[in-house]
Amino acid sequence: MTTSPGIKTQSAGRTERGLAFLVYLFLGTAFGIVLTKSEVLSWFRIQEMFRFQSFRMYGIIGTAIATAALSVALLKRARLKSFSGEIISIPGKRMGHGIRYAAGGAIFGLGWALTGACPGPLFALIGNGVSVMIVAILSALLGTWTYGFLRPKLPH
Amino acid sequence: MAAWPWYLAGPLIGLFVPALLIAGNKMFGVSSNLRHLCSALAPGRVEFFRYDWKKAGGWNLVFLGGIVIGGFLAAHWGAPHDIAISAQTKAALTKLGLHDFSGVAPHELFNWHVLLTLRGFVSLIVGGFLVGFGASYAGGCTSGHAISGLADLQLPSLIAVCGFFAGGLAATHFILPLLFRAL
Repeated sequence: MTTSPGIKTQSAGRTERGLAFLVYLFLGTAFGIVLTKSEVLSWFRIQEMFRFQSFRMYGIIGTAIATAALSVALLKRARLKSFSGEIISIPGKRMGHGIRYAAGGAIFGLGWALTGACPGPLFALIGNGVSVMIVAILSALLGTWTYGFLRPKLPH
Repeated sequence: MAAWPWYLAGPLIGLFVPALLIAGNKMFGVSSNLRHLCSALAPGRVEFFRYDWKKAGGWNLVFLGGIVIGGFLAAHWGAPHDIAISAQTKAALTKLGLHDFSGVAPHELFNWHVLLTLRGFVSLIVGGFLVGFGASYAGGCTSGHAISGLADLQLPSLIAVCGFFAGGLAATHFILPLLFRAL
């Protein structure tokens, strides 16, 4: 007896989704480990960076960009397909007036230095046992919600 | 074990961009999760949050959960040590009024007991709000703009990163001293 093709694709889809779940969970876990072991999640390291008193953070960000840029250039040239079957492509960001990037960027920067953490590290710090960071995360959600609410009135 | 050296940490972070592109044609960027979480928890009548968050951001929320797990694993792997910041930074922070240099974040600012003091409130609640508002307004954070965007040579990301540094420098050199002087 053969199962109907409909059921077959459904279960294949489920396996695929389960596999994708594991891949993203694994990559996220690896990222949390790197954020911790590189100490980029530390308020102290962020202070050191914004005071220009160590090359460390600049070395990390610089080599991260260089590695990513080289990989992206190679992937684009190779016109590779992702495991999900699409041709790898990166959507461009729309410039508009550019105000959102300058203003939003500066606002984000203020928060980055005050909390000593950007969004990835905020979550990695919870794993590191700095439980009070949950307050900063909730506040970040409130900030995001406020942006969404004010969005039609803000210059972009 | 001491911190991983910068020349190892940097390339490892950069590799998340091709890894996510290869895995599912996904763009590395953590702050979109803040929007997805708002959309999941309290979309209200705000158009910005009315979309299929599971379809658009399910993968990224799983990635985010992984970050918490990874943070936990890494914190329990190897003996804990203080962050070995430069002597100059330590001196500058001591002069500001910081005493405790243990842990990844200073206990004098990031602690449930100081949450409602001016320092704790500004560091956690104001700082967190600005991170969320700013990242959403700018359309990305350190991962989305500084790493993914710059790696793809996008001009909007360069403007955003200049903004990140302008804001960060202002907070470090003007707001933080005021904050410590006030208490």
